[in-house]
Amino acid sequence: MSRLADALDDAYRREWAFVLAATVRVAGSLDVAEECVQDAFVAAIGAWSERGVPDNPGAWLTTTARRRALDQLRRDRTLRSKLPLLIEPDANEPDPADLLEDSVVTDDRLRLVFTCCHPALSAETQAALTLRLVCGLSTPRIARAFLVSEATMAARITRGKKKIEVARIPFAIPAESELPERLDTVLTVIHLFFTAGHTASSGDELVDAEVVGRSMDLARLLHQLLPYESEVQGLLALLLLTDVRSQTRVDSNGSLVLLKDQNRSRWDGAQINEGRSLVALALTRRPPGRFALQAAIAAVHAGAPLYEETDWAELLGLYDVLLTVWPSPVVALNRAVVVAELRGPEEGLAIVDAIDAVGQLDRYAYLPATRADLLRRLNRRSEAARSYEQAIELVDNDVERVFLQDRLAEVRG
Amino acid sequence: MAQYMYLIFGDESEMANATQEDWALMMKAHSEFAEQVTKLGGTISHGEALAPSPTATTVRGQSTGSPSVTDGPFAETKEALGGFYVIDAKDLDQAIAFAKLLPTSGGVEIRPVIDTSGG
Repeated sequence: MSRLADALDDAYRREWAFVLAATVRVAGSLDVAEECVQDAFVAAIGAWSERGVPDNPGAWLTTTARRRALDQLRRDRTLRSKLPLLIEPDANEPDPADLLEDSVVTDDRLRLVFTCCHPALSAETQAALTLRLVCGLSTPRIARAFLVSEATMAARITRGKKKIEVARIPFAIPAESELPERLDTVLTVIHLFFTAGHTASSGDELVDAEVVGRSMDLARLLHQLLPYESEVQGLLALLLLTDVRSQTRVDSNGSLVLLKDQNRSRWDGAQINEGRSLVALALTRRPPGRFALQAAIAAVHAGAPLYEETDWAELLGLYDVLLTVWPSPVVALNRAVVVAELRGPEEGLAIVDAIDAVGQLDRYAYLPATRADLLRRLNRRSEAARSYEQAIELVDNDVERVFLQDRLAEVRG
Repeated sequence: MAQYMYLIFGDESEMANATQEDWALMMKAHSEFAEQVTKLGGTISHGEALAPSPTATTVRGQSTGSPSVTDGPFAETKEALGGFYVIDAKDLDQAIAFAKLLPTSGGVEIRPVIDTSGG
């Protein structure tokens, strides 16, 4: 029985997107397809426990889900949506009847991803639909990852699907000329999801391992589908090289451990190597994209055997380029930290204060936290205390809050 | 094919200060737009330029039995509705591609038209 449960879990995680995307082509509706795929997973429990797990669970599930979609279309001809999803015709797909043959399975996952991440949908909706439809995550789980109520998340998903249908967002891969921009939206969604797991937005655990795992799956899927896109290589590398630190960011008591104090011998060497070879590939594009550059930065950190051996000059160079291709105040703040390491906290502080003055990061806890740390290093204790207080007020994660409170007590003492 | 309404918003002072020459240029730009839409496979079923918002009259409260009539547009916005098109496009991607070609210094809202023909 547990073997069956494992097989189902595995199929759910690995095959959900494939089965759903393939069923959309028959169902002509995201809603109907979703329902049929869920039914197929339920049917699998009975069938697989009786006859064993099939050799190709994905194909079994696809055939079952598509058959259900066809049945439903025949049965509900009158109820059938007047607005079938606009599905890009596929050259390999001559006859709808053949869709039930295991041999003819078109990989529609990329179309599914681009439909969910269409720029006509809000960033929040793109993320919600991607997690629901591409990852098959439950609505309550998505709601938890993004700190909103289940009702809000359910409404967001329903509204998103409605807009796809009514505004006729096509189930299609964008034209060549649109691809870089559209791809950037997809990568942003995956990165946002990863970040939500890497530093959980709430709660007493720093890392939400399930969310991190699912976002890595998504990045791998995209890389498998678009292996030659530099920014996809860059994103996957960035996630691999950032995730390598997940295990060492908290100690056995669950307290935060800063990068400089982490036990680097526990970092997974194979994962670092995979990340670094992807970075090398991603950086061959000229000019390099923002994910490739962020990954290169993560690679410098991951490649230093000791914090003291970090190549700060290389990091500063990378941040300078990143800031030109992606002028973001968060990037400027991270660059200030590097400047502080290279030229002393005073110079770093001047940059942080200049960023602060612009006011774009007023709600960003890492700004006062960075400022506080630089002031602490300059022994300007009362100013440091004020900045720690500001950071504590803005921080969401409990582990980070405790760390900041300890530092506050230290500078006050 | 799906039908979309393009609501073109812009700064009215630009229109108010437009010379005859400006108008001629704008008309030319719109005929070029129409040609491009046709060439790309879309069909413009209708399109008009509107007189400025101070000429608008709003009637509300139809359900109350005593509707009110007031001077001005339904919603006061910084950028006012200045014209519209109704265009048949393949899908939203094509509709967006047309919108990017639209000669406007403001912006355009694309709304799907609901098919009420039944069937």
